Amino acid sequence: MAGISIAASQDAQTPTHTAWRALRQNRWGMVAVVFLAVMVLTAALAPLIAPHDPQAQNLLERLAPPSWAGDSDHLLGTDHLGRDVFSRLVFGSRISLLVGVSAAMLAGVIGAVVGLLAGYYGGRLDWILMRLADVQLAFPSILLALAVVAFLGSGLWIVIVVLGLTGWVSYARVVRSEVVSLKTRDFVTEARAIGVGNLTIIRRHLLPNVVAPLATIATLNVASAIVAESALSFLGLGVPTHIPTWGSMLADGQLYLGTSWWIAIFPGLALMLTSLAINITGDAIRDATDPKVYRR
Amino acid sequence: MSERSRAMVRSAASKVLSALVVMFLAATVTFLLVRISGDPLSMLLPPDATAEQADELAATLGLDQPLVVQYADYLSGLIRFDLGDSLFYNQPVSQVIADRLPATALLAVSALFIALVIAVPAGIAAAMRRGRASDKGIMTLILLGQSTPAFWVGIVLILIFAVRLQVLPASGHGTLSHLILPAVTLAVYSVAVIARLLRSSLLDVLSSDYMRTATAKGFGPTHAVVSHGLRNASLPVITVVGLETGTLLGGAILTEQVFTWPGLGRLTIEAISNRDLPLVQGTVLLFAAIFVVINLIVDVTYSAIDPRVRLEK
Repeated sequence: MAGISIAASQDAQTPTHTAWRALRQNRWGMVAVVFLAVMVLTAALAPLIAPHDPQAQNLLERLAPPSWAGDSDHLLGTDHLGRDVFSRLVFGSRISLLVGVSAAMLAGVIGAVVGLLAGYYGGRLDWILMRLADVQLAFPSILLALAVVAFLGSGLWIVIVVLGLTGWVSYARVVRSEVVSLKTRDFVTEARAIGVGNLTIIRRHLLPNVVAPLATIATLNVASAIVAESALSFLGLGVPTHIPTWGSMLADGQLYLGTSWWIAIFPGLALMLTSLAINITGDAIRDATDPKVYRR
Repeated sequence: MSERSRAMVRSAASKVLSALVVMFLAATVTFLLVRISGDPLSMLLPPDATAEQADELAATLGLDQPLVVQYADYLSGLIRFDLGDSLFYNQPVSQVIADRLPATALLAVSALFIALVIAVPAGIAAAMRRGRASDKGIMTLILLGQSTPAFWVGIVLILIFAVRLQVLPASGHGTLSHLILPAVTLAVYSVAVIARLLRSSLLDVLSSDYMRTATAKGFGPTHAVVSHGLRNASLPVITVVGLETGTLLGGAILTEQVFTWPGLGRLTIEAISNRDLPLVQGTVLLFAAIFVVINLIVDVTYSAIDPRVRLEK
């Protein structure tokens, strides 16, 4: 696979190009990518899109229904403090994207380094790193995040770092197994034979060949980090409550399910659709980049 | 003892050893996590506490000792299953946990049962009708199940069955009707994972020679899949069910919170908000121990069932 992709990059048919073509033929993949693009734009332009200040309380208009379902001028209704649900949803997307992408990147860097080192050097280092991975897996990541956030206090960056530190195992395992098979390939053994240093081999010959699986895992990891962040915020232990997040909106909404369903339903729907779109994109990237996947 | 069974015992012993190492490291991580996360005294004492009160509390908790001594005490306690006393309940941590463990076990086992009952037929149906509309439908549902967070599923179920239809209670415990919504909520993600894996595992098996032989011998497709294919396809599924224990336990924390289910998950969250360090330490460690033990059992059973794994050793 590696040799082929290096040879292919001589032509105009770069791997990225091939992957993009395969992705374009995946109908649901394209729908998901467009959805995510709209979401990124929404997050970037939140102050222009949101009709109201997401924090502005208006006790005269508390628990107002969506404008199309009752007498109100709020598109998705208001919550128990009279805050506009749609505006909070728009601003909440910023936190979800920021946490999801940053945590996945941090986890990806740690996981790639661990996987490259464990796979390339093998032996005792490999054993120790993989036992560390076992230990990490033994703690449900939401539990570790809960414990750390509870003791260190909640904060946006603490949530990102904790989710990043707990998410590296799947990257490390996949990269390690790729590297174990790559390092016996001719282009690696020959590089070593002519005296290329270990770190150079890892950087120049191994890393480029694990980028595709890394990208797939990173995409799926963004979704799980977004869900984990909203779970923490739902429990009241995530991002500070003065910042609107989908998780804290869900927690508020659960208290008013009996009368005002819209407070909980819309942030939950946003969370589910985002996670679904990212998962579809991740699957599409894997199918497009991994020649080992049979077309099922 | 034959050569083969001796090899099996040896491989089982090395797995137990490896699990013990993981448990020891997990215990150390838990200890450090609780210790480095700020000064517990300042969180436990009222703001106007005197220095004498602070010293007294430190002495009661053993926090005036050097870290190494605390660590040694902690480890020797663990060996005797002594996790210290809960600060909030004034009871041994092991007792508080033992009171709550059955509720979580009931929830998790029910969820796993529901997951298997739905996922196994769904996975088989999808594999046998690969590429057709029913396969695509099942795969779409699987993707949806995998993308939907447990607490959101719980809220939607409450809205439908407790608020609108008013047929099932939204919280509480004790009767079967209290169990249904939380168990279904917790099962959703596992259904998706198990069905997806069973499908792809069956597809691998279905293309193998012995399956073609079974079909050639005149077995109908359903009979061939159930009597030959399923047994072989179930092996990777068993491993994943073991690894999914962690996700299941994590999901249980959220599910218990949504349905105010009196299990370990709610206990952990209560302990965290009460700054009850010994109890947090105990529950976190128990979650890790459950995961390690279940995966050890899966690992050892796996190599006992599958001759290929056994011979590799």
